[in-house]
Amino acid sequence: MRPARILLWAFGLLALLFLVAPVLAVLPLSFSAGAFLSYPLPGLSLRWYADFWTSNFWLPALWNSLRIGAGAALLAGTFGTLAAFGLWRARFPGRTLVLAVAMAPMVVPAIVVAVALLLAFGPLGLSNSFTGLVLAHATLGMPFVVVTVLAALEQFDPVQLRAAAACGASPVRAFRRVCLPQILPGVAAGALFAFATSLDEVTITLFLAGPAQRTLPRQMFSGLNDQLSLTIMAAAMVMVLLSVLLLLAVTLLRRRGNTSSR
Amino acid sequence: MAEPLVRFEGVRKAYGPAASGYAVRQLDLAVERGELLTLLGPSGSGKTTTLMMLAGFELPSEGRILLEGRDIARLPPHKRGIGVVFQSYALFPHMSVAENVGFPLEVRGVPKAERAGRVAKALAMVRLEGFDERRPAQLSGGQQQRIALARAMVFEPPIVLLDEPLGALDKALREEMQYEIRALHQRLGLTMMYVTHDQAEALTLSDRIAVFEGGLIRQLAPPREIYERPANAFVAGFVGENNRLPGKVLAAEDDLVRVALDCGPEVSARPVDCGPPGSRCCVTIRPERIAVAPVAPEDLGEGALAARLQEAIFQGDHVRLRLSLGQGEEARGEVLVKRPVGGGQLPGIGGPAALAWEAAHALAFAV
Repeated sequence: MRPARILLWAFGLLALLFLVAPVLAVLPLSFSAGAFLSYPLPGLSLRWYADFWTSNFWLPALWNSLRIGAGAALLAGTFGTLAAFGLWRARFPGRTLVLAVAMAPMVVPAIVVAVALLLAFGPLGLSNSFTGLVLAHATLGMPFVVVTVLAALEQFDPVQLRAAAACGASPVRAFRRVCLPQILPGVAAGALFAFATSLDEVTITLFLAGPAQRTLPRQMFSGLNDQLSLTIMAAAMVMVLLSVLLLLAVTLLRRRGNTSSR
Repeated sequence: MAEPLVRFEGVRKAYGPAASGYAVRQLDLAVERGELLTLLGPSGSGKTTTLMMLAGFELPSEGRILLEGRDIARLPPHKRGIGVVFQSYALFPHMSVAENVGFPLEVRGVPKAERAGRVAKALAMVRLEGFDERRPAQLSGGQQQRIALARAMVFEPPIVLLDEPLGALDKALREEMQYEIRALHQRLGLTMMYVTHDQAEALTLSDRIAVFEGGLIRQLAPPREIYERPANAFVAGFVGENNRLPGKVLAAEDDLVRVALDCGPEVSARPVDCGPPGSRCCVTIRPERIAVAPVAPEDLGEGALAARLQEAIFQGDHVRLRLSLGQGEEARGEVLVKRPVGGGQLPGIGGPAALAWEAAHALAFAV
C-alpha cells in the first residue's frame, strides 16, 4: 500500500512539473541581463521588461489583445448565455443539433475555421478588421459560455420563472431580474474563458488580422522569426501573468457560485 | 345574481393528441367572489391542471376561462394579474424578503416609497414583521411559505391560487398554516382557489370543495355536505374514512332501500345513486356512526349485524376497532369502527359483537 502511494505522488508531481516546466524555463530568461536565449544567465536585470513597456512593437499588440479579448468575451458572453438559456428552457426538435453547432468551434480545428472565415469575411469586408477578429474570437469563446451557463442553470429552479410571471413580470424581465442574477457566476466564468481563448489565439489571427490588429501572440510569432530579442520572454511572462489572473478570477467565481446556491 | 369571479366554460385539456385522453375531460365551474374553493382529488385527477390553466401556465384545448367576465384563456400568465403560491414556494433566493414581496409592485412600477409601505403591510398580514432584510434561505419552511403568500397577495389580485402550498411542511406546522390561511381568507375577504390531495386539509379550509376524479368534478359542495351527503361512491370513499359493504338492491321502501349484503344480513340504507331492485350496489357507513356492543349471536337484536372483534387500537381521543363480519368460522369482510374513549364496554379480542347504526347514516351507491 505504502510504495503504491509514493509512486502515485511521484507520478503526480512529475506530471505537474511537465506542465509548468516551460513557464519555469522562460521565467528566469525574461530577467536576464544578457541578450541570448541561453543559460547560465550572465546577470539579472529588468531591461527586457523596460524594452517591452517602451516598444511600439509590443505595446500596441498588448493593447489589441486586451481590446479584442474584451470584445470577444462580451459577445460570447451575451450570445452564449442566450443560447444556453434557450437550450435549457425549450424542448424543440433539433435541439441536440443546435447544441452541437454551438459547441462545434471547440472541436473543429482552428485552421479550418480560419480558412473558412477568411473566405467568408473577404466579401463582407471583415478581413483585416477589428470587428472581424472580435467576431471570430467570439465564435471560439462561445462554447465555453454555453457550457458554464448550462451548468449554472442546472442549479436554477425553473418554477421561479413561473413565480416571476405570476408576479406580473414579462419573460424578458423575469430572465433579467430573476434568472440572470443567479446564473451570473456561470456567465462571468464563461466570459473569462472566452477572454483567455482570445488572448491565446494565434491561428485565426494570423489569417485575419491586418497590421493594425496584431495581437500579443501574433507579435511573438513574428518576433521569433525576425529578431530574436529576449523581449519575447518578457512578453511571454506578461501573458502568463494575465492567464494566472484569469484563472484566479474563475476560481473566485466558482467559490462564490457554490456558496450562493446554498 | 352576481356574476361569479371566475368561470370555466366547457374547458377540456389534453396533453398531446386528444386521442391519448384528457387530463381535464369536461369542466364547468364558477368561483364566487370571496370564497375559498378547494380542488380535491388524487394525483392525476386534473385538479392541478385546472389551477394551472387559470394561472396561465397551461392552455386549455377547448373552452373559455372568464375572469370578471373577460376571457383570459389565451392571455399569457404575466398579464392575468392573478396571485399564485407554489408548492416549492419559489422564492427568489438572491433577493431579500422585502424585495421578494415587493417584486410584483416593482414590476407594476409602484414608486419605492409606496412599495415599502405595502410590503410592510403584507408582511404584517403574515405575521413576519421585521424580516425584511433576511434572505429566503435564512427562513424556516413555514416562514418561507408565508413570504410566498405575502408575495401573492401584496398586489391585491382578484384571486389567489395555491398549489398544494403546505405539501412540504410537517404535520403540526401544516395544521397551524391551515388555520392561518383560513383566518387570512376570512379577514381579507380574499377569493382563493386551493389545490390539495389531503381531504382533512380540504375539510378544514374550504367554503366549498370540488372533488376531482379522472378529469371530472364528481361533486361540488360545502365540506359538511361532501362528508355527510357524498354524491357518489368515489366521493364517499375519498373524503374521510368509510366502510364499504357490497350487496344487491332488494326493494325500495319509503325513503330507504333494502339491501342484501354479500356478507349475509339485510340492511336499510338511504339511496343516493343506486339502481332499481336487482342491481348491484354498495352500502357505505362512516366508522364513527357504528355502535358496537359485546353481544352473543343468539342475543342479536333486530337489524344488528353479527361480528367478531379482531383488533382494538387506542388512538388517544378514540379507539379504532377492526371487526370481521359474521360470527361463524368464515369471515366475510371487515368493518372499521371509531368510538370515543370510555364509550361503554368493549367485546374481548376475538369475542362476539353486535353492530348497529341508524339507517339514515348508511348510504347506498351504484357500483
